[in-house]
Amino acid sequence: MILKDLIIIGGGPAGLCAAKTASEAGLNILIIERSPKLGGQLIKQTHKFFGSEKTYAKTRGFDIAKILIGDVLKRPEQIEILLDATVVGLYPDHELTVYQYGIYSKYKAKAIVVATGASEKFLAFENNDLPGIYGAGAVQTLMNLYGVLPGNSIVMVGSGNIGLIVSYQLMQAGVKVKALVEAAPKIGGYLVHASKLRRLGVPIMTSTTVKRAIGKDALEQVELVSLNEKWEMIQGSEKIIDTDALCISVGLSPLHQLLSMAHVEMKFVNELGGMVPVISSEHETSVKNLFVCGDVVGIEEASSAIVEGYLVGLIAAKRLGYIHPNYETLEANYHAQLTNLRSGPFGLKTRIGLAKLRGEDYAR
Amino acid sequence: MRIEKHPILTFEPKEELHFIFDGTPLTGYKGDTIQSALHACGIKKLSESIEHHRPRGFYCAIGNCASCDMTVNGKPNVRTCITMLEEGMVIISQKGKGVL
Amino acid sequence: MLDKTGIALKEQVLSRFPKKELLVKAKAIIECYQDIPCNPCQTSCPFGAIYIGDDINQQPKLIVEKCTGCGICVTSCPGLAIMLAKTEREKAVFKIPYEFLPVPKVGENWYAVNRSGEIIGDAFIEMVQNIPRQDKTVLVTVSTKIDYLYDFVTIRSRDHE
Repeated sequence: MILKDLIIIGGGPAGLCAAKTASEAGLNILIIERSPKLGGQLIKQTHKFFGSEKTYAKTRGFDIAKILIGDVLKRPEQIEILLDATVVGLYPDHELTVYQYGIYSKYKAKAIVVATGASEKFLAFENNDLPGIYGAGAVQTLMNLYGVLPGNSIVMVGSGNIGLIVSYQLMQAGVKVKALVEAAPKIGGYLVHASKLRRLGVPIMTSTTVKRAIGKDALEQVELVSLNEKWEMIQGSEKIIDTDALCISVGLSPLHQLLSMAHVEMKFVNELGGMVPVISSEHETSVKNLFVCGDVVGIEEASSAIVEGYLVGLIAAKRLGYIHPNYETLEANYHAQLTNLRSGPFGLKTRIGLAKLRGEDYAR
Repeated sequence: MRIEKHPILTFEPKEELHFIFDGTPLTGYKGDTIQSALHACGIKKLSESIEHHRPRGFYCAIGNCASCDMTVNGKPNVRTCITMLEEGMVIISQKGKGVL
Repeated sequence: MLDKTGIALKEQVLSRFPKKELLVKAKAIIECYQDIPCNPCQTSCPFGAIYIGDDINQQPKLIVEKCTGCGICVTSCPGLAIMLAKTEREKAVFKIPYEFLPVPKVGENWYAVNRSGEIIGDAFIEMVQNIPRQDKTVLVTVSTKIDYLYDFVTIRSRDHE
């Protein structure tokens, strides 16, 4: 059994930022990251980020990752990092089982921050398991991290920000985006992203979905269909498009499984993406000294994950008796930033979701 | 299919790595995952579903979904999307649950 | 329309253009039609010509008299939603953000493209600027026929399929 003060599960933006403020407060920390690299999904984001300067707006995602990773690597005497290490067990008494390079090890911490992020949702249609059908994040990983094209052409399903941004990135990499389809009657993500695609000649088809995929050993064609106002398929509106790749971008759901394993009280909140932990105002779960931040407690933009990470790092450190020299100023500042990021129309879902999580009705 | 030129990213030339996929010798690069190396060689089918033997490719590329599980150097159920390619690896498309 | 197709209506576009007589000097045309949490246009402008305020969800407003047409906001906007426009006798001159290959070269003749992605005519490449501060968003100065003043939005290579 290896004993630690604070263990952070997940080395994405939320986890890295929690490590930064907790270490500034004087705590020793272990970050456990499943993949071979720190930075989470930021490392494959080639676009300039929205938000404010405080959350690195107008900086490209992979450069934000470099900044956040740099902050953590600056304190090697305080922050230990395990890469290629998967937490396979999390127990209510703050014990963890970690799998790395064929070996299982036991850890125990005084406090734990779970920042596991999210996984991509899937869509039900005929032959949706054919090779050539990928999650949008997977396409980004393949092309922006490893420099490999997912296909010659692509059809994108979903017009949230991820679908819009990944379509643009596919075009930058030289892939023909044949269409972007959206089942809802309106585009879901930022319209500036949609306009960027449209001026490049990408047809954006709202009230349209995938009926089936066609292919033998891999995808060859996609059959699209229009939907009426009741979201029913309109017979006769089918259209077949030749393509060797189909990209699914229909939302994310929190990676909550470890929390469920630790018997944390969970709640299904649709607006937050699915099963999420019930939390206190300090981002603490029903298990004492087990904190959460980032997408695992509700799907939002990376800018919110960054600020939540900073905030939870402060709080977790304070709980263990390490008070950050600027605790009060920073805490107020992070709360204000989160309120600002969530205050517009795009923050409505999060505002409703967080109210439901607290067991309140959301008053518009 | 590798990206040669990109307006934002630069992909530096890297050391070649040689591996065997279902008996065929192939080449990837240092820094590739097994899955990205296979995809760059045009290989999309990585395994077969257990019951109905339907072709399976990768889906999430970050180790969540297990759609890319393959047998690597005799070990089954390796998540090839987060396992880095190594020189001399023997990679077999997995059929069935795999046996240790 | 915009929220179904990604194409802004003519009225929306016109609402972002200052009066034509002011366009003898280049001015920023800010095509951000939605309240989203974002403010780099405001913070990047050295002349205080773009106002959002403390609530970063508000849409930016251009203070026309303060805008010098420097173009810093064009490459700072993460949504690539800003361009500069001015008129020169029979020509409309634009500065647009561009993030594709090939990078246009001065003197080349490209296609002028509208907000629906259709080719509307010719676009002459006047200047290409790509300094580190722009972080790989190339700033391209383009001239077209003045008729395209309210329709032009981007360029397309003639080698494009």
